[in-house]
Amino acid sequence: MKISITEKGPKMYIYLSGDLDHHEAKGLVRQILDRLDTSMPRDCILDMSQVKFMDSSGIAVILRAHKHMRELGGRLWVENVPSQPMRVLDASGIDRLITISSLS
Amino acid sequence: MKEINTMSIQFPSKSSNEAFARGAVACFVSQLDMTLTELGDIKTAVSEAVTNCIVHAYPDSIGTVYLRAKLFEGGIVEITVRDKGRGIEDVERAREPLFTTGGEDRSGMGFTIMESFMDTLKVRSKLGSGTTVTMRRRVDRRTGSGK
Repeated sequence: MKISITEKGPKMYIYLSGDLDHHEAKGLVRQILDRLDTSMPRDCILDMSQVKFMDSSGIAVILRAHKHMRELGGRLWVENVPSQPMRVLDASGIDRLITISSLS
Repeated sequence: MKEINTMSIQFPSKSSNEAFARGAVACFVSQLDMTLTELGDIKTAVSEAVTNCIVHAYPDSIGTVYLRAKLFEGGIVEITVRDKGRGIEDVERAREPLFTTGGEDRSGMGFTIMESFMDTLKVRSKLGSGTTVTMRRRVDRRTGSGK
């Protein structure tokens, strides 16, 4: 799993690529939360267009980023989700909490 | 149900083996020539079951995860993931959505995903002895006979 982060004004863009499973999620959460604490963006956009596989470990990563953004007074957006990760997110019902858009 | 092929592997409960396990199963079941969505669903269910072994069955040690895949006539895939770990105290509760003993790092959605993505899911567990998860999925074979 690779992660790259860019910032434009009050927006932070996090680009994930590769497989998002329990093995990869362990380090990823720390990286994301640390960066959010440092930059305190108003909006955090999690771009998942290059995620090849995701299981429920990804749900936990997204929920923690969502909670952290709320604590910072901002908001998380999950964008460009490919079909396999989207099926996992759909099964979880997480879209009731977070705005999620699929990869078109 | 007539069995047409089977494979089994075992590996240490290291998180680096999660990708190996779902990849190995994907290679094996692909001989049924299923859709990418079906293949993705089976990979996801395997990943959930194997992750449960690593996180919950052997929380403080490295144990062995036993994985078996069987193909039956009629496009039926059966996956069995077994461990000899600490077992589940209350299986019904463990299967409830959002229930987890894994803290904030876990979503509590593992069994829910397995149930959603497979047709059947059986969980047998005994405290101190281990857990066996057996799940089946019928796939719509596009072409090929799996022979």
